[in-house]
Amino acid sequence: MQKYSVFSLIKNALSNHKNWDLAWKDPTPKKEYDVVIIGGGGHGLATAYYLAKEHNITNVAIIEKGWIGGGNVGRNTTIIRSNYMHDDNALFSEFGMDLWRRMSQDLNYNVMFSPRGIINLAHSDAQMNTYARRGNSMRLNGIDAVLLNREEVKEIIPMADFSENVRFPIFGGLMQPSAGTARHDAVAWGYARQADDMGVDIIQNCEVIGFDVSAGKINGVRTSRGDIKAKKIGLCVAGSTNILAEKLNMTLPIETHLLQACVSEPVKPVLDKVVTFGAGHFYISQSDKGEMVMGGDLDGYNSYAQRGNLPTLQHVLTEGIAMMPFLSKLKMLRTWGGIMDMSMDGSPIIDKTHIEGLYLNCGWCYGGFKATPASGWTFAHTIAQDRVHELNSGYSLNRFNTGHLLDEKGLGTKTWIS
Amino acid sequence: MRSQNEFSYGGDASIKRPELGKDVSDKDWDNFVYNRKSLRGKHWELWQHVSGCRQWIKVERDTSTHEIFNTLKANEEISL
Repeated sequence: MQKYSVFSLIKNALSNHKNWDLAWKDPTPKKEYDVVIIGGGGHGLATAYYLAKEHNITNVAIIEKGWIGGGNVGRNTTIIRSNYMHDDNALFSEFGMDLWRRMSQDLNYNVMFSPRGIINLAHSDAQMNTYARRGNSMRLNGIDAVLLNREEVKEIIPMADFSENVRFPIFGGLMQPSAGTARHDAVAWGYARQADDMGVDIIQNCEVIGFDVSAGKINGVRTSRGDIKAKKIGLCVAGSTNILAEKLNMTLPIETHLLQACVSEPVKPVLDKVVTFGAGHFYISQSDKGEMVMGGDLDGYNSYAQRGNLPTLQHVLTEGIAMMPFLSKLKMLRTWGGIMDMSMDGSPIIDKTHIEGLYLNCGWCYGGFKATPASGWTFAHTIAQDRVHELNSGYSLNRFNTGHLLDEKGLGTKTWIS
Repeated sequence: MRSQNEFSYGGDASIKRPELGKDVSDKDWDNFVYNRKSLRGKHWELWQHVSGCRQWIKVERDTSTHEIFNTLKANEEISL
């Protein structure tokens, strides 16, 4: 594989960039693999990469219905953070932060990781107390957290509304300075390029039609490009999890919902942090191109539409304008939607299933993108070793049955609870 | 025709609460409280006309096109 560097750039510039290697191949599916990963999104590609890199399992196929990186890894608001209170979430996410910090070097692909910091705004004394508690929990788990008062927040984001007569005045905020953003597509492409180089077959335009299960064991998968045998199969299909679960006669604690995001026209640099509104559900950052990248709540009802409806967008942007009034002057450039695998407690599932050799990775709700490396790393471990890693032991499938819910915000499918 | 803004979503309408006064297994509770089919295509679901008459209704809607096929009052049984 060609190494990407300033020297390879110069060398290829001399031949008008006509001699670059393909970033990944387009193989015909083999009859059998050691492991098949269903879903060529961020999590699936990362899983294949860590199977090859950490566990030396390279006879692996990723099968993807459309094209790699065309789902939620290409549709998110690119926020990366580990500002969680519960140990299971905090340790998992902070492990991921370490992978993010090294990712561009590990993958030899510039993912433009930008640790610019995230601020969760507080709008009451009670909320400040809650944030102080969460910040302390984060620090106990080795995660950076800074509690900011109103004046300190004003120093950092003066464009927010600090006037007196507002419905939700800013009391302060909780900042994780090491949080940030990354170039989402580059993450998918970087993992794909390295996985391909280590021998993983990336098979696009290949839809799963059914599964071959006998005597409680998985034997393979039936696809639109023929049957593929595998003793181990991992599902990383986000919003399509329920559709594949039905083919496996499984009913999961997951509902598929639609989440929208949008960007404004590009403007000059105004916001160098990720900021979230504490009195609702709204998050904003500014992209390198200058667009304000914004998102909020689910549309609120089961949906596979991959496009949103206006009432939720209007609601979300109302929150945004309440927080930063200058947004009302901006024109909207694009809005889009993706389908989310919403778990019932708002936390993900990375686990084995009752079918031997079938592994499940789903339930990412609002937070799938930032989890990409840690999810891939722990899922690869779970598949390779046939047992969950300590880091994803809290993300079990049976926690709903045993009552060990991981209700970080108590927010699952039911957005009205917030 | 009413605006979507007037309605609030109540989830899968085909889920039935385990009957009172009978032994209910953990699995039954699990299925009632957490597990959902959430399929693409026709889906019976509960909606409340929250900014209007406040009644709950059952609606059969396509989850990928949002087309509505049927509506029932909340106490009417879904005949599949």
